[in-house]
Formats: sequence, C-alpha cells, structure tokens
Amino acid sequence: MWTPQEHAEIRAQFPILNQEVHGSPLTYLDNAATAQKPVRVMEALNRCYSDINSNVHRGVHYLSQRATDAFELSREAVRKHLNANETAEIIFTKGTTDGINLVASGMRETMRPGDVIVASEMEHHSNLVPWQMVAERSGAELRIIPIRDDGTLDLTTLDEIITPAVKLVAVNHISNTLGTINPIKTLIDKAHAVGAKVLIDGAQSVPHLRVDVQALNTDFYVFSAHKTYGPTGVGVLYGKRHELEALPPYQGGGEMIAEVGLLKSTYAEIPHKFEAGTPNIAGVVALEQALAFMNEVGVESIAAWENHLLEEGTKALLAIPGLRIFGTAPEKASVISFDIEGAHPYDLGVLLDQMGIAVRTGHHCTQPIMDKFGIPGTARASMAVYNTLEEVERLVSGVKRAVKMLV
Amino acid sequence: MSGIAAKQQEVIQDFQFFDEWMDKYEHLIELGKDLSPLSEDLKTEDRLIKGCQSRVWLQAELDGEVVRYYADSDALIAKGVIALLVKVFSGETPKDIAEADTSFIDAIGLKEHLSPTRANGLQQMLKQMKLYALAFQAKNQSE
Repeated sequence: MWTPQEHAEIRAQFPILNQEVHGSPLTYLDNAATAQKPVRVMEALNRCYSDINSNVHRGVHYLSQRATDAFELSREAVRKHLNANETAEIIFTKGTTDGINLVASGMRETMRPGDVIVASEMEHHSNLVPWQMVAERSGAELRIIPIRDDGTLDLTTLDEIITPAVKLVAVNHISNTLGTINPIKTLIDKAHAVGAKVLIDGAQSVPHLRVDVQALNTDFYVFSAHKTYGPTGVGVLYGKRHELEALPPYQGGGEMIAEVGLLKSTYAEIPHKFEAGTPNIAGVVALEQALAFMNEVGVESIAAWENHLLEEGTKALLAIPGLRIFGTAPEKASVISFDIEGAHPYDLGVLLDQMGIAVRTGHHCTQPIMDKFGIPGTARASMAVYNTLEEVERLVSGVKRAVKMLV
Repeated sequence: MSGIAAKQQEVIQDFQFFDEWMDKYEHLIELGKDLSPLSEDLKTEDRLIKGCQSRVWLQAELDGEVVRYYADSDALIAKGVIALLVKVFSGETPKDIAEADTSFIDAIGLKEHLSPTRANGLQQMLKQMKLYALAFQAKNQSE
C-alpha cells in the first residue's frame, strides 16, 4: 500500500480534484460513471492537436505518418494491456456501448428463431437492450441469469440456461451498480462447452483489475477509455481474429474498404474493417497515456488501494441506522450502492452535492436490478485511485448529516 | 398587491432569512414534510408531472371561485418545491394563476441550485399548475 506521500503524488496528477463545490472541497466519488484524467492524458490530447494533427492511414505526408504511428502505438498499448494475441484484434470504437452494438449488429444477421442469447439480471442497459433488439429482429430468445440477494449471479441456474441452443453469452465482468466481480472464466468455459460465443462487458473491470483476454479465452471483450482515466468518446472492442473476421462490417464508409466499385465493394482486413470514417484520433492517442499511467502506478496497487477504501467505507456506512447496501458479494470492486430507509436517493444526492460530494443517484442504467430489490434507485459512491480515506469519511459524515435532515 | 404577489414576497423573505444553501434545503424539506399527503388513489399516472426525476403528483380542484391544489412526491426536496408552489397558488382564482408572474423562483435562486434536469422538473410543475388554471378559466367562460 502507498504511503500518504506516495498517494499524494498520484493524486496531484489530477488537477480537477483541487476545487471547491458549493463552498466545500470537491469529493469526487462518481468514478464508475467516469474517471478523472491525469495531466499526461490531457497533455497527450493537446500535443496531438498542436503537433501531429492529421488524418490517419491516408496520407503519404509527414504529419499523417506521425499521427498514424501514434494511433497504432496506442493500439499496441491496448493489445499489451489486455494481453491480446495481435494488434489486429483491437478495434477502436466510441465506447463500450458502441462495441457491444457492433457485435450485436453483426450477430443479428446470423441469429435465427430457436437460437438463444444469454445475459444476466445485472447487465447495464447497454449490454441488455442491444440483445433485446437482436432477439426482437431475429426471433432469437433472450435468457437471463438471475441474481441472488447478495448481488451475485445465481450459478445454480447455469445448466438450465446455457444449453446447446445458446449462441452467445453476454455478461459484465463487474457490475456498475452492485460492484460484484463476476466469475466470468466459469461462464466463458460453460458457454464454450455448448459452442456459444462470449462477450464480456469490461467497462467497470479494466479500470480496476488486470484483464488477460487470452487467459480468459473470451471471444469478445469491450471497455471504455473514459472510465480508465482516458478521454471520452473512445472505446475498445477486443475480438479473437476469426470471430472478428466472421462478423460482417458494422458501418460502411472510408477506411473500412479494400476496393470500391459503384455497385459493390470489398472490405478491408481487421481491424480497419470495423473502423469506418475518421476515428477519434486524439482520443485514441491519449488512451495510450491513460494505460501508461495505470501501468506505472500498477493495476494491482490500484486494486489494493480501492479495496482498502471499499472496506473502510462499507464498515462506516453500515453503522448508520437505516442504511442498506445493495451488492455484498465477497468479490467486489470499489462501488457502494446504498439507500436509507425513509429517504429518497435523489434527496440524498442533492444534499451530498451541497456538501461538495459527487455521488450518482438513480437506477444507474440497471432498472432490472432496481426491480429485483423493489426500490426506485440507490445512491452510489464509487472510488478510484486518487480518492482518499478522508474523502470516504467525508461521505460518511455527509450521509449522516443528510439522514438527520431527511428522516 | 394581489394574493399571489404577496405570497411570493413572503416566500422570497423566507428564503432570504437563510444564508446557507443547506439551511434553505432544510427549509424546503420541512415544507415538504408539512404538505398533507395525497391519498394513494389519487397518485395516478395522469397526475404525474412529466420531466421530474422523482415522482411528483399534482391534483387541482375548483372550489367556488378559486383553485385548490394538492400534491405529493416520493422525494422530499421535490415535495418541498411543489409545496412552495401550492402555498403560492392554492386558493387563488384561475385568472390570477394563469397570469401570474413567476419570477419569484429566480429571486430565491432555487433554479441555479438545482441541476438542469431538476430545474426542468420545476418548470414542468409550474406549467402543469398554470395548465390546470387555464382549463378552469376556459370552463368558467364557457358556462
């Protein structure tokens, strides 16, 4: 674990945190929604526009070559970060949602009535609605792995759910609402045993833990740069080469073609086949710096620090009368979703905001979880590498103050 | 000064009394707690005000010459805000409500302290109250 001095040096790389909100120091605990960016990421964005801005993969000129090199350097950094076999398996997207929709739109073509898609009760809407749309259009059936009261997947149902009719299993690695770290290796093996493909929504996991796509043997893995200390508007879809090759292109346009005739075209090889149009060049280039930041401070150290905050925060919050935590899985990331008996989560969020504390309130794009627990929403505090124990304590006393006013 | 203008002035003064926004919120919460709850059978889909993050129900009745508003919410701050509006507009004539100036909302600075989605909810509350008043006004004129 870092010394206070070491941690202060990490935190100092995030200048946005040094500000007051409504007269109190900002306490940013909405990291599961988006993480703040270290200076080096912002500098990379700036450098990209001030030094090398040019379109990638197109020009023979100097700047275009430099931009292309920086862009491809980032692809290699992502490959290494996920331990993918080759850079062609890394597709840059707009974000996790975009990556899921890319795979869903391709799969829609091959799904038939009688085929089954499996998701879980704790999916973010972005890993649920695209599959509902595929099911609706193709006549395939959507099956749901239920969750138990502690916010873990009910694995006893797997034999019934993952049958040979299943073509795809799409689950999240870590729940954005409950914090549960799902046993995805078990799910992946189970899916492969019946010949199904697997897509893992890693939006919440890449910021918190080391992901090795080859060890997991997953077919697809998606995440967003903005939750991993990188810029908004960039995401990554990892796919095994033969899976990506089998998928039809997502969008048509420039960059994704080999030969274009007036009536028919042939498509480029992966990854370009899925990268139609000018990409978010600066965002992709800056993502390399975000991953470098994570690797330099150490993904394992980040996880250990966040776990420490999670444990202390959980303990202190549970001591507040009437407070319930949703998601108490033994394997959990630094997300605490809670409500207070007799208080609406929105009221809690508004009052905490007045104290400078940023938490998310509502259903967190997981309405089925709210339905399961019969609540309108929760307040959610989510911690990142730069958060301190003092900030967690500020949250706890803020909640206590709000409870006094509301209940 | 009309009844509405006088009540608005009162609300502005109430809010000026508190320096800290936390205290203003506390005041709103108290107003919310004091608002008599709507009976469950009135909490219907058609009485919900659209555009609020929490659920806010509004009911209006014509009582002789004046409109009576009844409201509720599952969240206390939203309930406080609608209580404030009920306090200002309830017991006034449809014409006065429909024509009322609502700048007191700006004067208490509430809008700036609500997130854009919540400020939108506040606008929707005001709009719905005025719509009820206009409907009663139209009904009165046609009779």
